[in-house]
Amino acid sequence: MAGELYRKPIMFALVATVVILIGTIVTMFYPMFTKGMHPKLENLKPYTALQLAGKDIYMREGCNNCHTQTVRPLKTEVMRYGDYSKAGEFAYDRPFLWGSKRTGPDLARIGGKYPDAWHYSHFENPQAFFKESNMPKYGWLKEGKLDPAEIESHMKVNGFPYTREEISALSAKTELDALVAYMQVIGTAVARKVPAVTAAAEEKNPLEGDRKAYERGEEVYKQNCEACHGDDGKGGIGPRLTDTIWLNKEGEITDGKVYEIIANGTPNGMPPYAGQLDRDKIWSLVSYIRHEQHKQK
Amino acid sequence: MSDYQYDHQTVKGFIVSSIFWGVVGILIGLWISIQMWKPEWNIAPYFTFGRLRVVHTNSLAFGLGIGAIFGVFYYITMRLAKRPLLFPKLARFHLYLFNAAIALAALSLFAGMNQTLEYAELEWPLDIGVVILWVIFAINIFGTILKRKEEQMYISLWYIIATVIAVAVLYIVNNLAIPASLTKSYSVFAGVNSANVQWWYGHNAVGFVFTTPILAMFYYFLPKSTGLPIFSHRLSIIAFWSLVFAYLWTGAHHLVYTPLPDWIQTLGIVFTLFLIAPSWGSVVNGYYTVGSDWSKMQTNYLTKFFILGITFYGLQTVQGPTQGLRVVSQLIHYTDWVPGHVHMGTMGWVTMTTAASIYYIIPKIYNTEIYSIKVANTHFWLVLIGQLIFSMTMWITGIQQGALWKATNPDGSLKYTFMEGLVKNYPYWQLRTVAGLIFTVGMLFFIYNIYMTMRKGKALAALRA
Repeated sequence: MAGELYRKPIMFALVATVVILIGTIVTMFYPMFTKGMHPKLENLKPYTALQLAGKDIYMREGCNNCHTQTVRPLKTEVMRYGDYSKAGEFAYDRPFLWGSKRTGPDLARIGGKYPDAWHYSHFENPQAFFKESNMPKYGWLKEGKLDPAEIESHMKVNGFPYTREEISALSAKTELDALVAYMQVIGTAVARKVPAVTAAAEEKNPLEGDRKAYERGEEVYKQNCEACHGDDGKGGIGPRLTDTIWLNKEGEITDGKVYEIIANGTPNGMPPYAGQLDRDKIWSLVSYIRHEQHKQK
Repeated sequence: MSDYQYDHQTVKGFIVSSIFWGVVGILIGLWISIQMWKPEWNIAPYFTFGRLRVVHTNSLAFGLGIGAIFGVFYYITMRLAKRPLLFPKLARFHLYLFNAAIALAALSLFAGMNQTLEYAELEWPLDIGVVILWVIFAINIFGTILKRKEEQMYISLWYIIATVIAVAVLYIVNNLAIPASLTKSYSVFAGVNSANVQWWYGHNAVGFVFTTPILAMFYYFLPKSTGLPIFSHRLSIIAFWSLVFAYLWTGAHHLVYTPLPDWIQTLGIVFTLFLIAPSWGSVVNGYYTVGSDWSKMQTNYLTKFFILGITFYGLQTVQGPTQGLRVVSQLIHYTDWVPGHVHMGTMGWVTMTTAASIYYIIPKIYNTEIYSIKVANTHFWLVLIGQLIFSMTMWITGIQQGALWKATNPDGSLKYTFMEGLVKNYPYWQLRTVAGLIFTVGMLFFIYNIYMTMRKGKALAALRA
């Protein structure tokens, strides 16, 4: 008699528990015991003490409230951020830090994208890089000292290997150092893919002679390049663009090669822009750089 | 009789406490809504967005939400069991412990003690406190139900029992962690697995904090305040069992297109679609209950709160499953659409229904009438308008964000940088702050009305004595 159930609270509670547990077991409990839930990439390394300290600060400051750490396997997302996230990248994250909202950009492939100096300056004053950015300033983390004993205990709980020197070196580091170290390791277990832009090294600038081109280029430059390369290409975090030293070598460089550097980035910290700027914009940037070179000669 | 008085003090205590934490949560909500378009409003280290947002969600979900649930559940359980609480002193202790826990929770979150599990941010010592709170609550609820004077358990009691059981399971499992110190722990779950556990928890926190308890209130207070019996008992049985069955399968719809195994994602999406049925079971039951006499919408000021509340529940439970679909998720996930969705549920359904329940309870406890129906109506319209503007601006800008992130040039390169997409949100985020202000003013009318009713009740009691 089913009606009985609504007169017997103990029975009712038991039935309700069973009903609640079915979905729980199938979708949460059972998968826990399958291999698919515990993948680990071969070259995924445990966090170093400094990186773990940085991850703890990332958690403390609630960075996950505005930044995700998963690139979805969608075309435009891979173009914007880099290779899509692999299941085996997160084995050392307790818990995962994928987030659920992108008020700021995804960070799954931030590691190695910019040089350290970029991160230090950007944390201190995000608005100097992107005038209309709504990111809070985090320069105050410079004042925070790390506590080696505390971080050592965190390493132990996580079961990460460490050396004595590594721990004692922490006392000279700030919280900002740790956070930058963490930024630089995120997503680096997956090799960075060179964007599939056809090499333009020998190509000449198709916009040559177009007087409007460098004006357009200047606008693109101010939005995307100025924060690192300074106004008028004078240099800053990134190298000076108006001299003849390119990729640490003295000498002239072809238009096509400049195009290639902008499009594909370099291993020394220049991020690739092929996904964000179309051909016309990149060529107009080349025009702008040439224009500034002439002006400042 | 004196026992009844004592228990009502506890009910009242929880209601007043929940309103207090509600005010804290709403004001912080306004603050962080401004931070979204004015970064100067971040004051490091304690009042940056990253820390304040979790104080906002925790004080509203646990302070306002759970606080009101404790108080209202005690009230409903006593009425439906036709007896005072089995352990009134324990309930009183429960109230003090609750406030201490929420205060400590807020302070610890300001200080950055954060497990980074959404809606389970509290560090392990507070987790233990929460579990103790819940056990105390469960003992009193089950004890009172077991010793009840009315044989049949009414619908609301089913939802209360399910809530007590499910929240316990969810909270304990998701918070399992290895402590490294008093203020820091690491989850026992890692990577993909921790994501799966977290969103099994996260979505069912919505299910068993923002849905089943509110349905318990709805099924009790709608018939009480209108005098109309629930349309179909059979429908409420079907809706109850299918709801508590299906909810637990759906968490993975938060993880669409992540590295979580595909079969769990698909299963989550399918059960999310199924969930429309039991949700609308209650919506239909609510509509047909009032449908026997729609004039109640005019003659009884509380009816419109419940009907609009259940309407937003109905919209919410269609919008949610839609968002779960891969094709929709890829456009709106990670955008402001999602906070728009959440706030329709919390501001439109949860707060609306809870406020109406409190409007019903407070005059009963004080043996008087509500201070002003006019003020209640003003409250109603302001929170309704505020919530609608809030949700709609977030939906619009969410779709815009999603579209800008996906837009490409003819040569296949991306059309907009992240910043170009971000700045387009600003007008909508500003409008959202205005919407929040309207909602807040509405809530102030509510608080004023409750305060004046209590004052009136006290004055009357003094006269009678």
